[in-house]
Amino acid sequence: MKKATFQFVLRRLLQVVPVVLAIAAFNFLLLRMAPGDAADILAGQMGHATVEFTEQLRREFGLDRPLYQQFFIYMGKLLTLDLGMSHLQQTPVVDLIVDRLPATLILMVSAILLAVIVGICIGIAAARRQGRLADNLISVAALLVYATPAFWLGLMLIVLFSIKLDILPSGGMMQIGAGHEGLAHVLDVTWHLILPATTLGLFYVAIYTRLMRASMLEVYGLDFIVTARAKGLSEGVIAWTHAMRNALLPVVTLAGVQIGHLLGGSVLVETVFGWPGLGRLVFDALLQRDLNLLLGILFISSVVVVIANLVVDLVYGLLDPRIVHR
Amino acid sequence: MRRLATFWLRYRRNRGAVAGALALAVILALALLGPILYPTDPFDMVGRPFSLPFDRFPLGTDVAGRDILAGILNGGRVSLLIGVLASLSATIIGVALGAVAGYYGGRIDDLLMRTTEFFLCIPSFVLAVVLVAIFQPSVVTVTVAIAVVSWPSVARLARGEFIAHRDREYVQGCRAIGMPDWEIILLQIMPNALPPIIVVSSLMVATAILTESGLSFLGLGDPNLVSWGYMIGVARTVLRTAWWMAAIPGVMILLTVLAINLVGEGLNDALNPRLRKR
Amino acid sequence: MSAPVLDVRSLSVEFESTLGTIHAVRDLSFSIGEGETLALVGESGSGKSTAAMALLRLIPNPPGRISSGAVLLAGRDLTALSEADLRGVRGREMAMIFQDPMMALNPVYTIERQIGEVLRLHLGLSKSEILAEVVELLRLVGVPAPEERARQYPHNLSGGMRQRVMIAMALACRPRLLIADEPTTALDVTVQAQVLDLIHGLKEKFGMAVLLITHDLGIVAETANRVVVMYAGRKVEEGTVGEIFADPRHPYTRGLLGAAKWEEADGDLLREIPGTVPSPFEMPSGCSFAPRCAEAIPLCRSAMPELKDVAPGRPVRCFLAEGRGHG
Repeated sequence: MKKATFQFVLRRLLQVVPVVLAIAAFNFLLLRMAPGDAADILAGQMGHATVEFTEQLRREFGLDRPLYQQFFIYMGKLLTLDLGMSHLQQTPVVDLIVDRLPATLILMVSAILLAVIVGICIGIAAARRQGRLADNLISVAALLVYATPAFWLGLMLIVLFSIKLDILPSGGMMQIGAGHEGLAHVLDVTWHLILPATTLGLFYVAIYTRLMRASMLEVYGLDFIVTARAKGLSEGVIAWTHAMRNALLPVVTLAGVQIGHLLGGSVLVETVFGWPGLGRLVFDALLQRDLNLLLGILFISSVVVVIANLVVDLVYGLLDPRIVHR
Repeated sequence: MRRLATFWLRYRRNRGAVAGALALAVILALALLGPILYPTDPFDMVGRPFSLPFDRFPLGTDVAGRDILAGILNGGRVSLLIGVLASLSATIIGVALGAVAGYYGGRIDDLLMRTTEFFLCIPSFVLAVVLVAIFQPSVVTVTVAIAVVSWPSVARLARGEFIAHRDREYVQGCRAIGMPDWEIILLQIMPNALPPIIVVSSLMVATAILTESGLSFLGLGDPNLVSWGYMIGVARTVLRTAWWMAAIPGVMILLTVLAINLVGEGLNDALNPRLRKR
Repeated sequence: MSAPVLDVRSLSVEFESTLGTIHAVRDLSFSIGEGETLALVGESGSGKSTAAMALLRLIPNPPGRISSGAVLLAGRDLTALSEADLRGVRGREMAMIFQDPMMALNPVYTIERQIGEVLRLHLGLSKSEILAEVVELLRLVGVPAPEERARQYPHNLSGGMRQRVMIAMALACRPRLLIADEPTTALDVTVQAQVLDLIHGLKEKFGMAVLLITHDLGIVAETANRVVVMYAGRKVEEGTVGEIFADPRHPYTRGLLGAAKWEEADGDLLREIPGTVPSPFEMPSGCSFAPRCAEAIPLCRSAMPELKDVAPGRPVRCFLAEGRGHG
């Protein structure tokens, strides 16, 4: 059992390698497709865009070499996590990203936890009241939320909770100048996290609610539910143990697929709330036309998705005893 | 004609879908006819900024004194146009690749599956942002970017449908009489594989509209055209004083996306009755 | 005979559907004594499984409901119990095993967890007691290496082993009555006899009553004491195994015996029953078996015969039963 799990993890880790390589190659392709290369941009920004100077830069960057050599140089650099310099901020792209990644991960993990937990609970509640008023109200609410643009929802939540009611902060990750330490710092960040995490998570709450409801109804039709009833278990226990454990499986699968989508959503939500993460960095990079930085973010966020998918697969293996042995 | 009648009978049973179709018809009419019946240029400064809705102008004016109603009507055109075009392009790309992969199998199929898995790993919105940023925002680049990030799901679906059909008797019969592959793919299997694809690509219009609004909110919309996301982006800076300015275009996005989703579910009920469980 | 363990009186079960009410079980009465095995026999659609589910009130509601009748378990009417009281009976006093043990076991929980659940719920055993008892139960039902099996999942076991696990689970609280709904239908032929022997042996050992639901008269002869034959929701004949096999009075029972090829292969008794159980929406106006009955007379098509004793404890639902007799 332990050994099988280990082999499973190893196999999945090996599958990640070609995907990361492919993403790197894709990045190179995008870089080559951009009109004007790094030398043009940099020379332009430095103010002396003479042909000689640009050529000199091009030699320095290795842009005068044949394409395949450039490709291998690029790949070599990427694999050592050298994503080049951010042309405007004059900082290695990797440093900028590593600096911002934790904030994004905090936001994403909170949003996905919120979505999974709340979505599962509401979905179960709806399935147990199938066809009744509560179930119908939940379905309508889910449809509405599902159609709401997250960034707009964020703005409306700011209007309601920050501007009108004045009970939650409208942006940022911590109170500026307060200099909280320890627990006070954690609480401060949590306080600032409530609105952005809700904004980002609500869309997925709707998705998981719908999925969990459908999944529960399907599981309720299976024979082992009858067995559980015949054993004398109460409906509550059956719903929250026997039915839920089985109904979770498709939900977890979907959570894996959704992580990339979630990262995209966090770009918008971070922009709305001034949350200092990767998404906000995307916005800054756009304002400054910093292509190198943008591509670096695309690469790193893709790698994050690949790793997150690996984690989801492991969770699935824990939930479904049948999976490891296949 | 008979098929159309049974289609309508099944569609009609889903009351939400009927409401969605009505709402969508109204929105389409507004977007198509609105700018003709209400010919104010959405970029013109027509009056004092920050004029309230229902005052001098039906929905008031924005930070630069531009008519918000004109923006909503013209923006609807852009959002719907990009949504439909992007979904259509993604469907064509996806169906073409999925059909070939599913029908022939083997190496081609492997390659396609690897590619779609690869695309699933890349955060699609971030990729769309990068693509639009590289090629400069315009209706064409935004449409292409959304199509590029959307086609893999159609390809997977089309592949599955073609795999399900390729060994059926009617297909084997066509092969036996020497029908060329393209004819089998296009004229024999395609009509059978299309219903679920139509459902998915209709729902994709909604997703595309959401993506487009996000892009133009970030300032990646066509600079020569007004769109709902752009209007929210502009209004964001004055949220404290004029929240309705951001609220109005958002409500339009919500209603449009909701209507399309409802129609999509209705189409699913009507076209794929066997898939309908509840 | 002492008071029966189970006494079912005029039980009727209905289902509401868009096409109208389905009377799945009508006016069904039977009783089972201590240590007795009663076989409830009929084709699929005869209502026998629905009747079994109704005993534990496991009919999904809506659309189904017990419309009338009483189910007395050791004198207590289960149809009158509250949900909470009923849960104390399920799995403790009356347990059930099902046709397909692969489907009836939860795929994501270990064997120990699934059997232990019953022990914790009804007997309040502690964690360590549960493990010991689970192993003991698995040994009792003949599962080899029980300590190891307890930690495994249903997909690790063979079909026969899974059914043994189901039996262990059902017997965990030593119930008064075991309901076995087609317990061997989904199993390999070679395993079927083993599982039936096991059920029989455990019945002898604990003196419990068994209600065996089956369409297979072959296994009835070996395991049951008495037989109730059902057709289209109604009891059509009842008797001891010897009586039913030696002297079937209802043409349907005779047909079943013929279909089972139980009779010698001679004479006109060996025949399949033509046709199928009528749809619940198109019940014939007279006897529901009349359309398939070779011996039907005009009266059969206009009136439903009542159950009539042809001998003590031998009710038969046929106008012609008395005339039939031996030979």
